[in-house]
Amino acid sequence: MTLAVFFGCTFIAFGPAFSLFLFTIARDPLRIIILIAGSVWGWGPWATSGHRAFFWLVSLLLSSLIWFIAVKASDPHDEPLQKGLLIFGVMFSVLLQEAFRFLYYKLLRKAIEGLVALSEDGCSPISIQQMAYVAGVGFGLMSGAFSMINLLADALGPGTVGIHGDSQLYFLTSAFMTMVLIFLHTFWGILFFHGCENRRWWEIVAVVVMHLAVSGSTFCNPLYVGSLVPSYVLMAIAAVWAYMLSGGSVQNLRRFLLCAQSEASPQPAS
Amino acid sequence: MTELSAHLPQFQHGQMTENFPDNHLSNTNDNSERRRHDNSERRRNDNPGSETNGQPQNNIQQVVDQDEEEDEELTLKYGAKHVIMLFVPVTLCMVVVVATIKSVSFYTRKDGQLIYTPFTEETDTIGQRALNSILNAAIMISVIIVMTILLVVLYKYRCYKVIHGWLIISSLLLLFFFSFIYLGEVFKTYNVAMDYITVALIIWNFGVVGMICIHWKGPLRLQQAYLIMISALMALVFIKYLPEWTAWLILAVISVYDLVAVLCPKGPLRMLVETAQERNETLFPALIYSSTMVWLVNMAEEDPEGQRKASKNSTYDKQAPANQSQNEDAEADDGGFSQEWQQQRDNRIGPIESTPESRAAVQALPSNSQTSEDPEERGVKLGLGDFIFYSVLVGKASATASGDWNTTLACFVAILIHWGFNLEQKDERSPGTVVAKVYDAVISVDGY
Repeated sequence: MTLAVFFGCTFIAFGPAFSLFLFTIARDPLRIIILIAGSVWGWGPWATSGHRAFFWLVSLLLSSLIWFIAVKASDPHDEPLQKGLLIFGVMFSVLLQEAFRFLYYKLLRKAIEGLVALSEDGCSPISIQQMAYVAGVGFGLMSGAFSMINLLADALGPGTVGIHGDSQLYFLTSAFMTMVLIFLHTFWGILFFHGCENRRWWEIVAVVVMHLAVSGSTFCNPLYVGSLVPSYVLMAIAAVWAYMLSGGSVQNLRRFLLCAQSEASPQPAS
Repeated sequence: MTELSAHLPQFQHGQMTENFPDNHLSNTNDNSERRRHDNSERRRNDNPGSETNGQPQNNIQQVVDQDEEEDEELTLKYGAKHVIMLFVPVTLCMVVVVATIKSVSFYTRKDGQLIYTPFTEETDTIGQRALNSILNAAIMISVIIVMTILLVVLYKYRCYKVIHGWLIISSLLLLFFFSFIYLGEVFKTYNVAMDYITVALIIWNFGVVGMICIHWKGPLRLQQAYLIMISALMALVFIKYLPEWTAWLILAVISVYDLVAVLCPKGPLRMLVETAQERNETLFPALIYSSTMVWLVNMAEEDPEGQRKASKNSTYDKQAPANQSQNEDAEADDGGFSQEWQQQRDNRIGPIESTPESRAAVQALPSNSQTSEDPEERGVKLGLGDFIFYSVLVGKASATASGDWNTTLACFVAILIHWGFNLEQKDERSPGTVVAKVYDAVISVDGY
C-alpha cells in the first residue's frame, strides 16, 4: 500500500516533467547543463554552464535563512504570529525566486553572447527561447523535488495519512500541486524571459503576481479546492500565453493535430 | 563479523591519508591530462586513443604550441558533452553511497575514530569541540601532504616497484576486505541468512574480476562499474570514521589544498604532472575513470601498474612499520590515489624503450581512419579521488541531516555544479569551485 502510494505520487508529481526532460532536453548536453546547475561565477564566455536549479537553490537558501532567523527571534507559542511569519517567509521566498530568475536571465544572455562568439557560423547553438524553456523546467524540477522528496520518503514508511484528523488526501494533493508547480515554473520561465527580452515589464509583473497568487492559495489548505483549482486555472492561462509567445497559434495547433492524424491513417481526418 | 568491525579503525589509518593525496593528484592529473588529451585529439586526428593511457606526452608538447583559440572553441563545444559524460558516474557513485547510508545503519554508527583523528568530538563545550576538530583536520591534512610529497619523491626517483606493490595491496584490500564487510552489513540490515562458503565464493569472484578489470584488461563498462564501486566503498569508510565537524573541515581544507597543490609551481601535484610530462608518461588508466574504451594496444601497457602497487606497498611500510594491518590499509587507501600516477610511471617501468615506440607505432597505424573520427567521440578521464571526495560530502550530508532528503539533494546539485566548473576550466581550478563547496557546506549546515 505504501509502495503504491509512493510510486503513484512520484509519477503524478514528476511524470510530465520527466517526460518533458526526456523528449526535449536529455539529448542535448548543453541543455542538460543549463538545466541542472547554476554557475554562480558567471563572467565571460566560459559561463555557458549556467544552471537553473542551482539558482533556485540559492534563492531558497537565502529565503530559508531569513525565515529561520525570524522564527528564532520570535515567540514560538504565538500561533498567529507564526502563521504570519510563515506567510511573510513564503512571499519573500517568491520574490527572491523571481529575482534569481532575473539574474539567471542575465547570465544566460551573457552565455549566448559567448556561444555566438565561439561558434563557427555566427549563431548560437541554442536560442534564448529554448534557454527560457529549459531554465523554467529546471526551476520547476528543483522546486518540485524540494517539495516532494521528503514526502515521498515518508510515504514509503509505515503509517496512515490523516490518522489524527487531518486530510487523508495530503499525499495526493501534494503530488498534484507539485505537478502544477513544475508546469507553472516552465511557463513562467518562458513568459519571464520573453518579457525581459522585449522589455515588456507587464509580463514580468504578471509572472510575479501569478507566483504570489499560487503560493498564497496554498494557505487555503487543507481546503484543497481553494489551492488546486486556481493553480490549475492559472496554469492553463500561462500555458496558452506561453504558447502564443513562442510563436504558436490556433492554426499551428490545428495543423499539428491534423498532421498527426493524417500520418497515422491515410483517411482524411474530419 | 563483529570482530572484523572492531579491527577496522586500525585499518583505516593508512587508507585515509593515502586517499586524499590520491584524490587530488588524480584529479589534477586528470584535468590536465584531459586538457592535453583534448588538445592532442583535436590536433592530431591520428591519435584515436587520446583518452587512453597510450597517449604519449610528446603530443602534448606539440599541442600546447598550437592555436589557443581553436582550443577554446572546441573546449566549449565538447565541454558540455564531457560534463554530461561525467555526471552519470558521479551520480551513480553518490546514489550508491546515499542509498547505503540511508539503509545500512553500520555506516552511520559511531565505532571509534581513526588514528589520524585522535581528538574526540564528544566534548562538553562547543569551543572544545571546535578546537578538537581543527586539530584533527590539521593532523589529517599534514599526513596527506606528507604522503603526497612522499609519492612525488618516489615517482621522481623512479621507485616504481614500491608504488606498484603499494597499489596492488591497496586495491586487493579494497576489493576483498571492504566489500566483504559491506556485504556482511547489507545482509545484516536485510536479515538475509547466508553461509560462509557462498560468501567466500562471491567475494572471491568479485575481487578477482575486479583486480583483472582494473589493473589489466576488461570490458569498459565493467571497469567503470568496479571503479565506481570501490570509490563508493572508500567514501563509506570515510563517512563512518570521520566525526562530523572534522569531516567538514577536512573537506574544506582539501579544496584549498587542492587548489594550492595544483596551482603553485612548487606544489607536489604540479611537480608530479610536470615530471610525468617530461618523461612522456601518461596517467594510470586503472585508477582513472575513463568514459571511452581504452585503446587496444595500450591495454598491454597496464601491467606495470601492478608493479607500481607493489612499490607503493613497501613505501608505506617505511612509514608505518609498526602495524602490518595498517600497511595493508594504507595500500587500500592508496588505491584511490596513487594508482593513477603510478600507472603513469608503470608505463615507464615496463620495457622503457618499447613503450614510446609502440605508442608511436600505434598512433601511426590508424591515420586514415582517424581523420574521419568525430572529435566528439573523444572520452573524458576523471580521477577517482573526486568520486570519493564528493561522495563523502553527499554521504555526510545525508547521514547527519536527520533524514532530510532536501539537504542531500542540494548537496548533490552543488557538486554537479562544481563538476561543471572543473570541466569548464582550461588549465586551473577556479575559486568558483571553492564557492560551490562553500555552498555545499552551507547547505548542509542549514539542513543540519
